[in-house]
Amino acid sequence: MSEATATIEKLSDEEKEVLRPPLVLNKRTMGWISSYISSIVEDRTPTWWWVAMGVTVPMTLMCLAMLSYLVATGVGVWGNNHPVGWAWDITNFVFWIGIGHAGTLISAILFLTRQKWRTSINRAAEAMTLFAVVCAGIYPALHIGRVWMAWFLAPVPNSNGIWQNFRSPLMWDVFAVSTYFTVSVLFWYTGLIPDLATFRDRCTSKIKKGIYGMMALGWRGGNRQWRHYEAAYLILAGISTPLVLSVHSVVSFDFATSLLPGWHTTIFPPYFVAGAIFGGFAMVLTIMIPACAIYKPLHDLVTINHVDKMCKIILLTGSIVGYAYLMELFIAWYSGNPFERAAFWYRATGPYWWAYAAMMFCNVVAPQIFWFKYFRTHLLWVWIIVQFPNMGMWFERFVIIATTLTRDFTPSAWGMFHPSWVDICTFAGTFGLFTTLFLIFIRFLPMICMFEVKGVLPEADPHHGEAHH
Amino acid sequence: MNTAGNTKDPVFGVAAEFSCARDLYHAAEKIRDAGFRHWDVFSPFPIHGMDKAMGIRRSVLGKVVFLGGLAGFLTAVTMEFGPSSFLYPLIVAGKPTNLFTVPAFFPIMFEFTILASAFTAVISMLVMNGLPRLNHALFNWDRFKKVTEDKFFVAIEAGDPKFSERSVRDLLESLGGTNITTIHGD
Repeated sequence: MSEATATIEKLSDEEKEVLRPPLVLNKRTMGWISSYISSIVEDRTPTWWWVAMGVTVPMTLMCLAMLSYLVATGVGVWGNNHPVGWAWDITNFVFWIGIGHAGTLISAILFLTRQKWRTSINRAAEAMTLFAVVCAGIYPALHIGRVWMAWFLAPVPNSNGIWQNFRSPLMWDVFAVSTYFTVSVLFWYTGLIPDLATFRDRCTSKIKKGIYGMMALGWRGGNRQWRHYEAAYLILAGISTPLVLSVHSVVSFDFATSLLPGWHTTIFPPYFVAGAIFGGFAMVLTIMIPACAIYKPLHDLVTINHVDKMCKIILLTGSIVGYAYLMELFIAWYSGNPFERAAFWYRATGPYWWAYAAMMFCNVVAPQIFWFKYFRTHLLWVWIIVQFPNMGMWFERFVIIATTLTRDFTPSAWGMFHPSWVDICTFAGTFGLFTTLFLIFIRFLPMICMFEVKGVLPEADPHHGEAHH
Repeated sequence: MNTAGNTKDPVFGVAAEFSCARDLYHAAEKIRDAGFRHWDVFSPFPIHGMDKAMGIRRSVLGKVVFLGGLAGFLTAVTMEFGPSSFLYPLIVAGKPTNLFTVPAFFPIMFEFTILASAFTAVISMLVMNGLPRLNHALFNWDRFKKVTEDKFFVAIEAGDPKFSERSVRDLLESLGGTNITTIHGD
């Protein structure tokens, strides 16, 4: 370490400017990384954790109560009606599944592009993916009404002699989302194995040692293991990349393959994927900034530099989303299709104009403040600003789904949508579920990928301190 | 002479500790050049270029995963076209059900390919690594616990044709290894 510092001090000022900032600050050692990350799990449960669980667990129970009520009574307890057959349920489904996508983007796409800064945020982001997909999965499963018939979606013979229609976008969705969840679990668990071994080797109690030892599967960290492990991780990253792009494309096909004005557009897949990444990164920051505020030394691992980079991604994807909104409007006008024009005119100026305005402001205007470095590097500002994408992406799905459905082709079939109290409590409850799962994750599993962070330290390079060839 | 594990058990091998990735890397190069075959280096994280330093080839996992993905793809093709086009054609909106309608069948083929590839990758990785395996002779050595924290180890196994406890100890010592220990265990 001291040799590297000496080398840096010898450089001229211009040379120092092109040096990249270190990924881990304060010259933390490998031992410190293991001890600190493990201590989050090993120490006594902090009071704030119980307080937080005291809020989120009742919310989760409320969600479960609402869902039980729905199953017991019928899907009519939601505000869904004719013509708005897909309302908050599908809005919330797309909202949650979109949030999940940032986790896969960080773990897979940034891995393939060799962005080493991902190592300190990927574990928490992947956990966020899983929990968001759990919340998302609730909605399509329950909005079918007769939940006990959900198995009809699976290609198994049934007594009606009807085989699934594999050419339906809704079937594609079932396969895409279930594959996404399964592959995300595999990817996450594979990444956890070496860190679980660290926990196993540090444990003092026999029970914990047994549990973590079992979960670590006997990992020894031999290079003959690492080479297969790295190959598997690379392949999982390689297949998760097209997978994550396909999942939100398939979600957008649910709308794009229909013939409704406002849905039937070819721009949907890339526009949905960009929106998902945009909203997902906002959620990663929403979670990580408080986590680092509680566990202050994490600021050496999740640095301002990381936050700055994530804000830049939010700025980029927010601008792509803004471009898509404008392109939709342009095509609505340019197509010359009166129904298409009417649909967009209605979105922007009809009774739901406030949702459209909120979407435009939160997703397109608000993130533009990230052009200024000050707002990308001051955590409180970042946390406040990323709440706009979080809200805006929900409004986007509401505008696309509910607003579009309120106007059918003939005025006799027009209607409005009003959420019921069950709608509102279910949605609030999913936030409780998401947060509860995340709190449990922080308490029992390493929230930073220890072995990968060790691997990006300068001394991890086998030629560290030697003369350059 | 340090030993770990029950000395009545057969010798698993001789292991040494190194303090940094660089020393481990150079030790691996020397052991490779000395012609050992049954040995391994252990580290808290994968070390870049270590395969070359150890003289081992790239993992064959990729080829296996290709086969797994192919199997997933063919499963989806059979599952979709078999019933939908031949056994119980399901005619929706008067659209044909023949092989020319492949674009509409494609998303599920894609998802199945990915799903099968992912399972193949994880399961083959575990099988190739001999995992899950909860006991191992190396776990008898207390210092080895640091391998998941910040220490680096080399172990040369007794099964190697060139193995002799004395010469391996001398070799590891000459490479700068510390805490050289004979590991016993099944």
